[in-house]
Amino acid sequence: MKGRHHLLERRKKLTGIWLAAPSLFGTFLFFLLPFAICIRYSFTFGVGGSYFVGFLNYKDVFSSYAFQLAAVNTLRFLGIGVTLNIVLSFFTALVIKKGLAGSRMFRYILLLPLVLPIASVVMVVQVFFADAGILNQWLISIGVPIAQWLEGPNAFYVLLGLYLWKSFGYSVILLLSGLNVIPEEFYQTAAIEGAGSVQKLVSITLPMMAPHLFLAAVMGIVNAFKSYREAFLLGGKHPHDSIYMIQHFLNNNFENLNYQKLSVAAIMLFLVLLFVLCGLYLLQNRYKEQ
Amino acid sequence: MKKRHSTKTNYPLQALSIIFFLFLGILVLLPAVYTLCNSFMSPSEIRQYYAAAINQREQGGAAFHLIPDAFSLEGYYMVFLRRTNYLMKFWYSLFLCIAISAGQIFVSALGGFAFAKYPLPFKKGIFFLLMVLMMMPIQVTLVPNYIILDGLNLLDSWLALILPMAFLPFGTVFMAQIFKGIPDEILDAAKLDGAGTFQILFQIIAPITKGGIISVFLLSFVDAWNMVEQPITFLRDIFRYPLSVFLASVNQVNFELSFVCGVLAALPILLLFFFFHEELAQGIELSGVK
Repeated sequence: MKGRHHLLERRKKLTGIWLAAPSLFGTFLFFLLPFAICIRYSFTFGVGGSYFVGFLNYKDVFSSYAFQLAAVNTLRFLGIGVTLNIVLSFFTALVIKKGLAGSRMFRYILLLPLVLPIASVVMVVQVFFADAGILNQWLISIGVPIAQWLEGPNAFYVLLGLYLWKSFGYSVILLLSGLNVIPEEFYQTAAIEGAGSVQKLVSITLPMMAPHLFLAAVMGIVNAFKSYREAFLLGGKHPHDSIYMIQHFLNNNFENLNYQKLSVAAIMLFLVLLFVLCGLYLLQNRYKEQ
Repeated sequence: MKKRHSTKTNYPLQALSIIFFLFLGILVLLPAVYTLCNSFMSPSEIRQYYAAAINQREQGGAAFHLIPDAFSLEGYYMVFLRRTNYLMKFWYSLFLCIAISAGQIFVSALGGFAFAKYPLPFKKGIFFLLMVLMMMPIQVTLVPNYIILDGLNLLDSWLALILPMAFLPFGTVFMAQIFKGIPDEILDAAKLDGAGTFQILFQIIAPITKGGIISVFLLSFVDAWNMVEQPITFLRDIFRYPLSVFLASVNQVNFELSFVCGVLAALPILLLFFFFHEELAQGIELSGVK
């Protein structure tokens, strides 16, 4: 009997490996192997990567103004954008949960920007936010000083707005599903024990939704990196300093055939994301156990 | 039914939330509606209203202009006429996107199933790695992918566009999240009845997780439909560029046609969204369950 059980376990393991094989194979070929090449490049010099130069490329990249700017901007964009996205969508999910006629239809409307190609709306953004655009014309007519929206420091906020517009619906629906899983009895018990609404939020809603918040943060980061397309369409290869992202840095180095710098930046990005994901994961686990 | 717990309806609050949703709805829909309405203006009308916003040498300012002065299909006519190969590119892009999404579904359904329900060596670690890779922006893997594709002799072929995107880790992570929500009892019962692994996957799991599978299809289709960097990097022959590259370039060259191109770019995706918005919302919801 025990032998049979053992055999079944082994067969299950084997089936699992077969099922995962295409995914693992593709990940290895198109993501891990390339990454290994990146690591090798980062320590070498020359087109073929023939000279070993130690950490020279790292020193080069870290001291370059473009990289510093890109790194700071990307972190700032992700930090503010993802946080704002989660806070706003959490609030909206709470409002929807309270119940409103037609809110089901509303959820679908919220998802539309996620699938809409950015090329479709970039013209609208330009017409609205250009120096002589609709927004500035409105500001003039009500006597408020106008601003440069796309070419000044404000470009950061336009990009932030576009990101929120695009990825807001995804997190609202994700968080709403989390809210719906929490049993109503928990709140009733808490109410009997005299808990206020803030206390309910902190001790029931947030811990119960830890996995959803974790996933919303991860997807928020995924979508935030996709905002590069918007930044590129609005500002081209060399946009205003405030929206010069790590992807601009990567792309520009690619065009200059500077694979070493590109590799260093890619490795740094990987490490930062690994660090962030670990942090989020630990945070989620700590909250869940409470 | 559950909502009826609160006996009194708070009317001011209800009104406030309706205003909130109305405002949000307009904000979300405006860019798309604006693009659609403006696509029915003649190029000369577009020039008249927006030239100042796009071209800094022009005098005056742009005005909010939603309803065309004269309904015109001239913009559409010009796009179709100027590029006789427009339709060919459309079908080519459609073929690419369907191939990518189908590949992604195949890889991620199997991989997700393995990660959710089978014992794999280093399962947690590999899954974590997949999540980090999923978060990395596409620009990171562009160059290393180029080297790999060069080694495989696939550059300049449509496989160069399909393969890397079909193996994106997003689908596997997403499907694993969804499959984790399926109770083990269902699988065990099916196994006792003598169903094989693929039979379970196709006849039992696929129907329950339809929303998730369609979501992966839709989201990867959108990604593929919007791709710009990959064709520019992997293909030398510009005649093989998909529609997305063409539409993005028109946007910059003649702005009179960019509303029309925006609509054309969104068309297949809007069609998909129209049919599958419910499944998309459901898929995102399911992915949140633990």
